[in-house]
Amino acid sequence: MSIILNHVNYIYGKDTPLEIKALDDICLTINDGDFIGLIGHTGSGKSTLVQHLNGLLKANNGEILYNGRDIYDGDYNLVKHRFKVGLVFQYPEHQLFEENVFKDVCFGPLNMGLDKKEAELRAFTALREVQLETEYYYVSPFDLSGGQKRRVAIAGVLAMKPDVLILDEQTAGLDPKGRDEILDLISELHKSGKTIILVSHSMEDVANYVNRIVVMNKGRIMMDDIPSKVFARYRELETMSLAAPQVTYIMQRLYEAGFDVDTSVTTVDEAKRSILSVVRPGEFYGA
Amino acid sequence: MKIGQELIQTKQLSFEYIRRDDDGNAEGVTRAVDNVTLNVEKGEFIAILGANGSGKSTLAKHINAILYPTEGKVYVDGEDTSVEENIISIRQKAGMVFQNPDNQIIGNVVEEDVGFGPENMGVPTKEIWERVDEALKTLGIEEFRKHSPNKLSGGQKQRVAIAGVVAMHPQCIILDESTAMLDPKGRKEVIRAARALNDVEKITIILITHYMEEVIYADRVLVMDKGRLVMQGTPKQVFSMVEELESYRLSVPQVTILAHELRKAGLPLPEGILTEDELLHELQKIR
Repeated sequence: MSIILNHVNYIYGKDTPLEIKALDDICLTINDGDFIGLIGHTGSGKSTLVQHLNGLLKANNGEILYNGRDIYDGDYNLVKHRFKVGLVFQYPEHQLFEENVFKDVCFGPLNMGLDKKEAELRAFTALREVQLETEYYYVSPFDLSGGQKRRVAIAGVLAMKPDVLILDEQTAGLDPKGRDEILDLISELHKSGKTIILVSHSMEDVANYVNRIVVMNKGRIMMDDIPSKVFARYRELETMSLAAPQVTYIMQRLYEAGFDVDTSVTTVDEAKRSILSVVRPGEFYGA
Repeated sequence: MKIGQELIQTKQLSFEYIRRDDDGNAEGVTRAVDNVTLNVEKGEFIAILGANGSGKSTLAKHINAILYPTEGKVYVDGEDTSVEENIISIRQKAGMVFQNPDNQIIGNVVEEDVGFGPENMGVPTKEIWERVDEALKTLGIEEFRKHSPNKLSGGQKQRVAIAGVVAMHPQCIILDESTAMLDPKGRKEVIRAARALNDVEKITIILITHYMEEVIYADRVLVMDKGRLVMQGTPKQVFSMVEELESYRLSVPQVTILAHELRKAGLPLPEGILTEDELLHELQKIR
């Protein structure tokens, strides 16, 4: 089970003077159980790419295979495909619309043609999965906080039981605790077996959670590797308006100053362990 | 009436709004800002931190008279914001830049957008162009002056929005999560611009953000929780209180948390390390 993109190209405003190549010969394999961080500057093509994965945009040329089937085949059911590859948009406000939270989450499963009872059961399960307190089930989604709205938007997609969950900038505008809560939730969903694609501008968040990073620039895939390998190329990332997490820079500085630390670390925990291995606390106890 | 060198004063400011159900019946009262007394001096760089819903933006909206106090007073350059005749002058003195650049740019061409504010103020045409030239130069976006704003990157768009405020010759600029949606480079561009406006033009800056590393250059950091002002001090003082900040759903920059963790593990490091240089220096001392 996987998604394979073969030489996918997409042009906005084709055959007009405003033509922009948004995806340029994309080849990418997304494996079952991957937890991918998709990073790139604003306008690099990330959102265009994820909209191809669930068939919202159709490539000008190239093919996309989902579990071995070409999603552009005449007899392929793209509607069902969108239930399997769920996309949570950047602004939950654009995705929520019903009069209360519970109805909103039922919308997806009802749309799949499930009967009311089954849809409601799925909505309950999904809302429990995103850990929204039951007191909010019957309030308007617009009365919720930013973090709660995002949970409801995620629940709305989970209720369709997707195999792949794509999250476009879910943490922008949230306070640090809210960011951690949403990322922990996403991490739980990954552990429960879902394939996750996380689009983010926060290098620290990506470093803390994902196991593979795909870097986009000008519609192309520039890097595709584990976080430590990607962030080790921070100078290249900087030329693409990106960066490494702050700890990666700290370790680089320490190394240059003669500390024998591991420069490939990307999280605070790893940095702490590496520093403590060269500067030992025990030596100060007697002093 | 001028009050010393203080540009902004809030005196026991409280703001309440009435929550209503779907039929418009009052359900209760929310106190979004609760008894906040605050003085901001001319030329200060202030940062406000706080969880989602803590009242930061509500407080900020009082400073340029978008909202008026339920109780207490707000003075901008000695002018009472609740007096209607003062509103135009106050809004010219305190400009605001919001989170989403696409919601605040209206011109088809960058220079027209920047000129909109002064034009609206009734500034003579010749002077409008002088102000536009100066604002574009200050923000380092002269090369885009003839461009369409929608072709710019996020960081460039936000700088256009800031230039639009600068052209109104404000004494104070409020950045309300203006970096939330930007990539790492865009965030750096906006913060650098804010610091330059403060250093060179002596414009008072009020920066609201969820990115802790952006506030380390502020003169003073304020922390809000549930409408109240709960902490206040230099970045070093505030970021020394890691656990207290966490209790308000906040965090500290990665370098600060790393130093804090190393300290907990036994290394003799001071609290409140804010920069890579400081950490490097302190580790060199104990090597």
